[in-house]
Amino acid sequence: MSRPGRDDSPDRLYTLTGGRTRSGPDSPFDLVTLVVAECDPATGMQSEHAAILRITEHPTAVVELAAELKLPVSITKILLSDLLTAGRVSARHPRKADLDPDVLEQVLVGLRNL
Amino acid sequence: MDSATSDARTPLGASADNGLKIVVVGGFGVGKTTLVRSVSEIRPLNTEETMTKAGEAVDDISEVRGKSATTVAFDFGRITLDARNVLYLFGAPGQERFWFLWDRLFSGTLGAVVLVDTRRIGDSWYAIDRLEHHGTPFIVACNDFGGQTYAPQQIREALDLDPHVPLLDCDARSRASAKQVLISLVEHVKNHHGPQSGRYDTQVPAPHQELAL
Ligand SMILES: Nc1nc2c(ncn2[C@@H]2O[C@H](COP(=O)(O)OP(=O)(O)OP(=O)(O)O)[C@@H](O)[C@H]2O)c(=O)[nH]1
Ligand SMILES: [Mg+2]
Repeated sequence: MSRPGRDDSPDRLYTLTGGRTRSGPDSPFDLVTLVVAECDPATGMQSEHAAILRITEHPTAVVELAAELKLPVSITKILLSDLLTAGRVSARHPRKADLDPDVLEQVLVGLRNL
Repeated sequence: MDSATSDARTPLGASADNGLKIVVVGGFGVGKTTLVRSVSEIRPLNTEETMTKAGEAVDDISEVRGKSATTVAFDFGRITLDARNVLYLFGAPGQERFWFLWDRLFSGTLGAVVLVDTRRIGDSWYAIDRLEHHGTPFIVACNDFGGQTYAPQQIREALDLDPHVPLLDCDARSRASAKQVLISLVEHVKNHHGPQSGRYDTQVPAPHQELAL
């Protein structure tokens, strides 16, 4: 199967997620959660799942994945939930920077070094 | 097989483990994407979120099918700060009808930059209202479109800006200027919204609201 183009028709989204639906309120994924593949894509995998595993060979934020897959963020999160549940990806969740002065300082240092 | 990585992606290093968010808001054409592009290490990417009328990310595809959902596009860029921290910059339209979407999309953000075109100051009122309501730290940057110049005090009054909110001039096309805007924001967050400031108690989600489709 080839890479899906931008086609957000409800029917396509329905098909992609098997009609399942949850990713919303209690989704573990933030826009900037970094996702890392824990295995290689295998034959017979849903093509979007395989694409995610290829892209996340390097840590990749949820929002970058969505852009790359040309899928809405919420649909991307549903696909990621499948992979996370199956142990095929791991998730590096954002730390609470505003609670952590060290992180704020690191951000400043990083920006000044640009 | 390789087609999913068609564009020249610049992957993050293997040790990257902490994503951070800053939002750039402002009216149409005020320079949001330009500012993101000036400092981003990747070409700004575009993506979208599908939201229900209730302002929640779609958690039921039947809502998409039932057309009770709408789609909001936003763009973003990325700055690798160090081996672990990666900063994402989001450009978001400041129009009233989008705001409850941003409330959800950008929760947990470090802070916001409100970009202002002094020829159209009113375009930013709503964004500032929302940020204040939300307790999200922000600064105001006036993008220079070569129009009439105003004294900072005039702009503060026109925006009804709290005195502690930094106000600066910028040129979104300049990397140095865009960088300074971000530094000013993070310094502001550090000084006024640090761990002791108690803003975490005020991060109550806004009660919402209908979306005019
Ligand atoms: N003179 C001047 N022009 C600018 C500046 N920043 C942006 N522009 C121009 O203003 C136009 C709009 O800039 P964008 O960055 O696309 O604005 P935007 O806020 O992303 O626009 P929308 O996403 O459509 O709301 C572009 O033609 C930019 O080149 C600036 O600092 N000075
Ligand atoms: Mg734009």
